[in-house]
Amino acid sequence: MENNDNNIGSTFLRALIKDQVFWICIALIIMIVVFSIIADAFATGPNLFNITRNFSFIAIMALGMCVVIITAGIDLSVGSVLALSAVVLGIVMREGYSIWLGAFACFGTGLLCGLVNGYLIAYVKINPFVVTLGMLSIARSLAIVVTKNAMIYEFGPDEDLLNEIGGGATLGMPNSVIVLFVLTLFFIYALNYTAWGKHIYSIGGNEEAARLTGVNVNFVKLSAYLFSGLMAAVSAFLMVGWLGSVTNGIAMTYELKVIASTVIGGANLMGGAGGAFGAVIGAALIEIIRNGLLLAGMDPYWQGTFVGAFIILAVLVDKFKITTRR
Amino acid sequence: MSILALKSISKNFGAIEALKNVNLNLDKGQVVGLMGDNGAGKSTLIKIIAGVFQANTGEILYNDQQVNFSKPIDARNSGIEVVYQDLALCDNLTAAANIFLSRELFKKFFYIPFLNYKKMYDVSQGLFDELKSETRPRDEVKLMSGGQRQAVAIARTKLTEAKIVLMDEPTAAISVRQVAEVLDYIRQLRDQGISIILISHRMPDVFEVSDRIVVLRRGSKVADKKISNSSPEEVTALITGALQSA
Repeated sequence: MENNDNNIGSTFLRALIKDQVFWICIALIIMIVVFSIIADAFATGPNLFNITRNFSFIAIMALGMCVVIITAGIDLSVGSVLALSAVVLGIVMREGYSIWLGAFACFGTGLLCGLVNGYLIAYVKINPFVVTLGMLSIARSLAIVVTKNAMIYEFGPDEDLLNEIGGGATLGMPNSVIVLFVLTLFFIYALNYTAWGKHIYSIGGNEEAARLTGVNVNFVKLSAYLFSGLMAAVSAFLMVGWLGSVTNGIAMTYELKVIASTVIGGANLMGGAGGAFGAVIGAALIEIIRNGLLLAGMDPYWQGTFVGAFIILAVLVDKFKITTRR
Repeated sequence: MSILALKSISKNFGAIEALKNVNLNLDKGQVVGLMGDNGAGKSTLIKIIAGVFQANTGEILYNDQQVNFSKPIDARNSGIEVVYQDLALCDNLTAAANIFLSRELFKKFFYIPFLNYKKMYDVSQGLFDELKSETRPRDEVKLMSGGQRQAVAIARTKLTEAKIVLMDEPTAAISVRQVAEVLDYIRQLRDQGISIILISHRMPDVFEVSDRIVVLRRGSKVADKKISNSSPEEVTALITGALQSA
């Protein structure tokens, strides 16, 4: 959580040391330094451009995911929702409709999936793991149905614009990274400086207390899944433009990377803790480990081991922190 | 003058009759002690007044007008505050965030509303000072003692001009000194003309601050009398059923 301006000096330092995101940032800096030394190609402009673009798609989804996880929920369906939104975008544009209509259909698909998830979880009160596991299967299957299992590579009259938005750059920054930057600011604002944000945290802390105090728990929970679905769709829109084609296999198992990013960034699966900035840093860290090891000449088969070990290590640091404080 | 009147309130949870035809009057500035064994329906009654549950039959008159609170925030906005048995606090939030939960304060910055943390900390500090509590507004509730948590729950009821404060076992989990402080606070509220319903298992506490005592047994009201006309022995007998009614 953000520290208030009055928390200066030693109070601020103490709060910082307790914060998992702070340690993850330190780890990130150390890794960047180490990889810069051992791999010549790491700290080059083109590689940094690639790293930031690669992690931006995951990080955008991690923003939505962190909101869900703070409410003590989970959204396993984001990879499949991305795929369904992506193929809907592809089909609408292939049929000659404008990019605006394509974007509308793409974001609408993500929101609709989020609405179904959120409604079943918040109002029908089915376990989020079960609901989103079902959606993971449904959305992926629908993506295969609507594409008839074929690749889409023609996007009608606005194809160039689509490719430019997703794959292009502005002022030397990949467009997807700029979108990520704006969305991160928005989520930091929403989680820390609005009543909605406090309500998200309160639900993860003590849902019954939040309800008794007057928080509209069901609606706030629903909104969390809407955000998660929408972020998957935003990521889909950018990713299709970057790839220049789309298949129904896109973003397979991305939910695991997204959840891992969020958890590394300080979110607690029990709810009540986490943040937008942390989720983005978590996503960056995973990509840097992956990219750095590759450039350092490590056999890519080892990547999963390193990333996995880091996930556990990050949470272990958090656990250690809690036990020493008590 | 009656500020709250419950008229033949009944509530079932499936086949279980939690409350049967309960009538209850609460006057302005009055403290009513509500007693009964576990499962007698005390908390259910409180939650019906607070808008958490809705009665199956019966009506509630608040300031002589019929009300039907469908959610807790409706009751809160009408001036009915509750201190719940488990205090209903979010451990992961600060004291101030708990006090202002669903009543947040804002400031505008370039037309964009931001939570006004400074104001919320200052107001919370003022409330804790009034309660003579050393609880700090910026501390997270999970690091607090029982008494401090109690102070947060009570401070929340002081945030607005409450007319009725419902307290469900406010003295259950705190030290002897803190119990005296809570009882003092109840007298303070009463002197300001606020009406209170106090649920407690601790007979001495109830007899110390209440004007009237109401006893529930298995969902029915079995006694409703002035505290001066009753005694702890009589109330114990009423609670257990040794005495049928009084």
